[in-house]
Parts: sequence; structure tokens; C-alpha cells
Amino acid sequence: MKLGDKIATREAYGKTLVELGESNDFVVLDADLAEATKTVYFKKAFPDRFVDCGIAEGNMIGVAAGLAAAGKTVFASSFAMFAAGRAFEQIRNSVAYPHLNVKIAATHAGITVGEDGATHQCNEDIALMRTLPGMLVINPSDAVEAREAMKFALEHDGPCYLRFGRYAVPVLHDPDTYTFELGKGEVLRDGTDVTIVATGLMVSMALEAAETLSAEGISARVINMATIKPLDGELLTKAARETGAVVTAEEHSIIGGLGSAVAETLSESCPVPVLRVGVMDSFGRSGKVPPLLEMYGLTPACIAERAKAAIAAKKV
Amino acid sequence: MDAKKLTELQKNATEIRMGIIEGVHAAGAGHPGGSLSIADLMAYLYFAEMKVDPKDPKNPDRDRLVLSKGHAAPALYATLALKGYFPVEDLKTLRQANSHLQGHPDMKKTPGVDMTSGSLGQGISAACGMALCAKLDKKDYRVYAIVGDGESEEGQVWEAIMFAAHNKLDNLCIIIDYNGLQIDGAIHEIVSPAPYEEKIAAFGCHPITIDAHDLLAIEAAVEEAKTVKERPTVIVAKSVKGKGVSFMENQVKWHGSAPNDEQYAQAMAELNATLAAL
Repeated sequence: MKLGDKIATREAYGKTLVELGESNDFVVLDADLAEATKTVYFKKAFPDRFVDCGIAEGNMIGVAAGLAAAGKTVFASSFAMFAAGRAFEQIRNSVAYPHLNVKIAATHAGITVGEDGATHQCNEDIALMRTLPGMLVINPSDAVEAREAMKFALEHDGPCYLRFGRYAVPVLHDPDTYTFELGKGEVLRDGTDVTIVATGLMVSMALEAAETLSAEGISARVINMATIKPLDGELLTKAARETGAVVTAEEHSIIGGLGSAVAETLSESCPVPVLRVGVMDSFGRSGKVPPLLEMYGLTPACIAERAKAAIAAKKV
Repeated sequence: MDAKKLTELQKNATEIRMGIIEGVHAAGAGHPGGSLSIADLMAYLYFAEMKVDPKDPKNPDRDRLVLSKGHAAPALYATLALKGYFPVEDLKTLRQANSHLQGHPDMKKTPGVDMTSGSLGQGISAACGMALCAKLDKKDYRVYAIVGDGESEEGQVWEAIMFAAHNKLDNLCIIIDYNGLQIDGAIHEIVSPAPYEEKIAAFGCHPITIDAHDLLAIEAAVEEAKTVKERPTVIVAKSVKGKGVSFMENQVKWHGSAPNDEQYAQAMAELNATLAAL
């Protein structure tokens, strides 16, 4: 892959499992969605270390916990809706509480699931996962970051929630030089008037928004916040202090996700206007991805509009 | 087993029951009924069967036990203490804020606890993961999971049994503590899981029904399970809730309440008499 290619992060997940599986003895579990989550690549390459648990996500998480308790590192996959959603309590009590080495790799997060509609579009997973003590929550912005985050997750001893998407998104990071660092935001563009903090597929849109704003004479800083937990409070506080206004952008409910996490942090460290772009407390619906993103206000234009509103809300 | 070993295990089981009463009384809360019902099973597994070493509780080759019905933690703690994982005195700290003995088992706090449990329905899944790990690593350790009969109303129990059978986890032995009572009343009046044997066989596992308080029957069932290939065994252990303490036997109220000082004294007197008679 190279800069500008359009690749879904789930695709990077599947490919990286195979790449890492060559020299690491982990186990991969799926719940009858291997073709969709892309664990199918691992299934073909390492059939002995792949177990399809069938359509029983709660059991899959428990099996993952048992494997981890007996010494294995486990990647367990399903759609975000059925991993973080259906199996929340199993993740909470069988994985997070005993702090077991299970990587919950959830694909098809957010409304870019598209045609399948609201039952399969999980806009609540970040909120659910970040409440769990000891759980890391990572939402990569592109295929390169997805791959590098997985390398980190494999080395990390403990539970981790990795959020991947179905929709192809542009590669923003140089595959040869990018390294992932847990809990560190990445300043992709410097700016002085406002900071746009984005995660996942909204990062490329945030860069587009900054470009639009620049043409209007507004200098926007763009931060890619791949790690939502632990959140990079230091970088956020610095940005809030220096730019005085913040906009968050995520393909997730505005309740409980990145926007909430940023607001919680800044309200304690450096209160400035924080305006949120995300799914506005509503369920998704069926459709092609581009019209859905328009309908739900997940666009560069919406980010730019909120950035201007945030600047206007600064204390004079 | 010979008569001497039988007597020894009966003593172990009685001491486990005393440990349960000590802990729950000191805590002023807990679940004595379903703890007492598994005391004989715990005595057999830990004092006659399982390859475990209290001095090396994390040994990767050890046999493992998942107490899926985690509210029976007092039975697990009493067993582990008597086995030497930690001092028997610790049992009196059960459920206290500074104790390692949580209300439900915590593998990160208590030596010898193989899996955190307590939220019902999840333990067999974890036991499946452990048994699968043994298969992947070509190791011969065995995994036991003790499940409540009321707990088997949880759908995940059957997801896990289906998974275990499909994956031919013959190194897994599931034991259902069939004491017939759950918090809200008799299990056949709430949502009956009966008949177990037919369900277990239909799910592809090997069912064995025994009296949960007959140590020779427990021995026979556990030995039989080891000879069954390519299928997990599910032992339906018909038990008496509150077994061993006369006023607690078959009484729903003793599912989740602690004895007062007077009841404690009576229970301990009965158990001491049982011990003395062995």
C-alpha cells in the first residue's frame, strides 16, 4: 500500500494478522463473519490457529478469555455491534476485569456499514469500551495505522479494543516510516485558530476541512486521535491553550465517544468551546456510504462549519 | 478408592463445609446453600483427582477448575485454603474490604483461582478456551467447570456446550450442580432445564448422572469422563442444597443468607459431630 490508496481498515486487519501470524503464536477467533471481518485470510494461512465460534459472540469472548487465561494471545473478531454491543458484559466480566490478553478486533464500526442499516451500524462501541478499566481503545484512521496498531496490540499484555471499518478510506500515513504510539495524538497539520481532533475515517475529512478553512483565512490544527483510551490529555490541553477552540469529529455517537472524552478532559484542564461532529443521538439507516455521510453530517463541510462556530464561541 | 481414602475425602468434604460456614458467618453475607452442595465434588477434585500444586499455582501444565457458579466461592476458598494455597485463617476475611477473598472468585487476587467468575453463564466458555489451549499446545491437562442448575437457564451455557462438543473437547468435564433450587424458588417452578441427560446427549456430549454426595460415584464418573474420547462429558450431579447442615438442607432461603451466631454454632456443632464420627 502507498499514500492515497483507498483501503478499508478491516482489510489491513486481515492482512496484518497473516503477516504477524508468521512469527507469533496467537489464536484468532471469529463468529461466522470471517469473510467480512477479513480474518478469513488468517483462517486460510493458519487453519490450526483459527477457530470459528459460530454465531455466538458471548461464548466467543469467553473462549477467548479461557485461551488467554491458559497463556495464549487472542484476537477475537465480529462486527462492532456484536462484539462491543452483544458481548459487552462478557468483555467486561470475563476479559476486562481479569485483565486478560484478549484483543477485541471489531470491524464494521459506525454508519459506513452502509446498506445493512441500523441494526448493524454500531455508533456506541467507543462509549461502551472506554468505560472499562484497563481497556485500551484504538480507532485507526487508515490501513497503515491499523497495521501498526495491531503490532502494538500484539506486544501489549492486556485487553485492547481495536475499531476497524468496512469502508475504504485513503492511506494518510507513510507505510515505511509511520510508527504507532499508544496514547499519543498525532498533529497532522499545525494551526492557531482552532483545533480539529478527529478519529478513524473522520481524520482525512478533518484534513480536507482544514484546507477549506485555510482558503477562508482560518488556521486549523488537525490532530489524529487514534487512541481514545488512554487519551492524550497533554496534547489536547496544549492545543486548547494555543488555539482556544476545539472541534471533535468521529463516526460514532456524540454521546460517549471521542467528543465526550475530549470534553471531559478539557473541562478539567483547559475549558474552551468544544463542539462535536458525530452521529447526533440517532440510529443509522440503510444506504450507500456517501449519501449516509451527508445525511448524518459526517463531512468536511460540517467539520468546517463547526470549526467556525467554535471560533465564534471563544471568550473575547 | 479404598476405605481409608474414602474416609479421608469425607473428612476433607466436612472440613470444606466448616470453612464455608466460617467464611459466610464472618462475612455476614454470601451463599452457603450452593456452596455446601458442591463440597463433596470439590473434595474429590482437589484431594483425589486434579494435578495441582499449591506451591506452584500458575504451573502451565496443571489441571484447571472454573467455578462458573461463582457465588459458591466460599466452597472454592475453603478447598484452596485446606489444600494449602493460603492460610485457613483467611476464610474469616471473606468479603471484607481488605481481603483477597472477593464475593465471587477473582483469579488476579486469590492464589489457586483459575478463572474469574460470578456473572452466571460465562464459565463453561472460559473452560472451553482452556481446554482448546491444551489441544493446541498438545498438553494433557484437564479442565473442570462447575455450573449451577439455575445457571443453565443462561443461553451461553448451551452455546458453550455446543462449542465444546463441536470442537471435541474430551479434556473438558462439565459438572452441573443439580440442587433444584434457585433464588426465586424451585427450579422446576421458574424455568426448568430438565431433562438434562437428553439435552446433553443431543448437544453431542456424554452425560453421566450421579449423586453429588457419593464420593465413590463421583470417582466413577470422573474416571469414566477420562475414557470418553472426542466428546466432552457433562456430569449431572444431583445434590442437596445446604447439604451437611440440617436446617439449611433444601431450603431456598439459604441460597444467599448468612447464619447468625446461634445458627453458626449449631451448624459447626453438627459438622464437628460429622467429623468426629468419621
